[in-house]
Amino acid sequence: MSKIPAELKYAKSHEWARKQADGTVVIGITDHAQSALGDLVFVEVPKAGRKVSAGEACAVVESVKAASDVYAPIGGEVVEANPALAGAPETLNQDPYGKGWMFKLKPGNAAELDKMLDAAGYEKVVAESH
Amino acid sequence: MPFVPHTEADVRDMLAAIGAKKVDDLFDEIPAELRCGELSEVPEGLPEMEIGRLMHERAQSDGLALNFIGAGAYEHHIPAAVWEITTRGEFYSAYTPYQAEASQGTLQVLYEFQSMMTALTGMDVSNASMYDGASALGEALLMAVRANARSASRKVLVPSTVHPFYRQVSDVISHAQGVTQTGLVYCAETGDTKIEQLKKFEGQDICAVVIQQPNFFGVMEDVDAITDWAHAHGALVVAVVNPTSLALLKAPGQWGATGADIVVGEGQPLGSPLSSGGPYFGFMCAKKDFVRQMPGRIVGRTVDLDGKPGFTLTLQAREQHIRRSKATSNICTNQGLLVTAATIYMSLLGPAGLARVASKSMANLKSLRAQLTRVHGVKAVFENAHFHECVIRLDRAVAPVLAELARGGIHGGYDLSKHYPELGHALLVCVTETKTEADLARYALALSAALKKAA
Repeated sequence: MSKIPAELKYAKSHEWARKQADGTVVIGITDHAQSALGDLVFVEVPKAGRKVSAGEACAVVESVKAASDVYAPIGGEVVEANPALAGAPETLNQDPYGKGWMFKLKPGNAAELDKMLDAAGYEKVVAESH
Repeated sequence: MPFVPHTEADVRDMLAAIGAKKVDDLFDEIPAELRCGELSEVPEGLPEMEIGRLMHERAQSDGLALNFIGAGAYEHHIPAAVWEITTRGEFYSAYTPYQAEASQGTLQVLYEFQSMMTALTGMDVSNASMYDGASALGEALLMAVRANARSASRKVLVPSTVHPFYRQVSDVISHAQGVTQTGLVYCAETGDTKIEQLKKFEGQDICAVVIQQPNFFGVMEDVDAITDWAHAHGALVVAVVNPTSLALLKAPGQWGATGADIVVGEGQPLGSPLSSGGPYFGFMCAKKDFVRQMPGRIVGRTVDLDGKPGFTLTLQAREQHIRRSKATSNICTNQGLLVTAATIYMSLLGPAGLARVASKSMANLKSLRAQLTRVHGVKAVFENAHFHECVIRLDRAVAPVLAELARGGIHGGYDLSKHYPELGHALLVCVTETKTEADLARYALALSAALKKAA
């Protein structure tokens, strides 16, 4: 059973979002997603300064046999990308909700965060996908 | 055993399973006006004996002309062992087998090829080859657009000294994705692209600059200055190079302060015969930073479960069978057989042998250029240094002179009047290591006679 922390928000496309005290939102992919992809060999994160809208493909996670898009769950401006992933993509497998975070957004409209799924909602999505 | 994918019974069963009456029904969504219909000009098949005889007769009518045409394809001596080995059953196949469990030999050849190409070009990575030099340039432009994070434009500067066919083909491949080529005028005296031409674009968002070295006229470009200008202005550098020339010239990886970013070219000079224009192969190398934007197949060296070294396709997540519509390219193959020949050609010659081929070609060009420009009615055109090709100008139209030379068994060169009318009666002449002093003298004499006759 994959981990689904209760305090995070989720997207059906398997991203999670965590609101920070400074108003920025950290984005990553879920434990379920990393486990389904298998060992990651490459992670491509968006550049700081890029403006993305909700649902826009803005990062790529690549395992030995597949490359998948990661979508921005909310719109905003990328303020930082996790520099550790370029040299150590396995971090994302090992700690998807912690050191394996992907990028930080300054939200364009913070209300979009409220439209995301909560842990229970996401758990249903995962259950239905089996 | 002949390779017959399915029998008539198989075809019937498959059609029945999907509810189609005949194979043509599968294509009924293609409008009738787009179909070419029957191939009425194609004759009936001939038995092997008759076709063999016919082709020998046709070959004889071509004669054994002395060839001085280059313009992108180059006649080099190919050691007999190259095609003897290449056409062994282990390599000779209608298809490149990629399965690691079945094809270690083929995969190792491709891996050795990639290693040799990175050594020649001074790049970090090479793919297993492309279709030809011109389409490799098209793929390189698309790759530059993906790879250049500093540029939001799809504007590429392409000197008019880049092979005109390469400019056309790469435009056909890339324009639908919004890549626009802007030409750069060459210097009329020296035949290269001056940095002043690039300076006109300062302040604009340029994605990439293409440099061909030696350029289409055989002239050396100032690759260091152009590379540094491009990098200073946020553009990537796409180098188009002749692999034989790299045995003598500076590798693109050493151009300017940080080197070219993507290197492509025509691989034919490495062991493929001229053969009326093909099949040839293209090559593509790049800096490691851009490997995930590189199209085509890449063979890697790895270890198996028991720790033994082996070879396998790698980085396939870039390719269309995995990445679908977001793949780097629709190319998921390579020119395996031609690359096998190139790898054997390079192994037999070695770096020193390849350098001797290049030096002898250059020495022959110097001699031929001196002899031709002594002929009455012939002038040298560009002053810069050349590599095995140069432009001369005649005092009258080129085509009739070439026709007269051909009647005497000499292919005198490539008529530039169509693509470069501003050069007047200009002829691009090529000479490689395959010609002797006597051949060069014969050409000079024949040209002199042809010009007198045409006068």
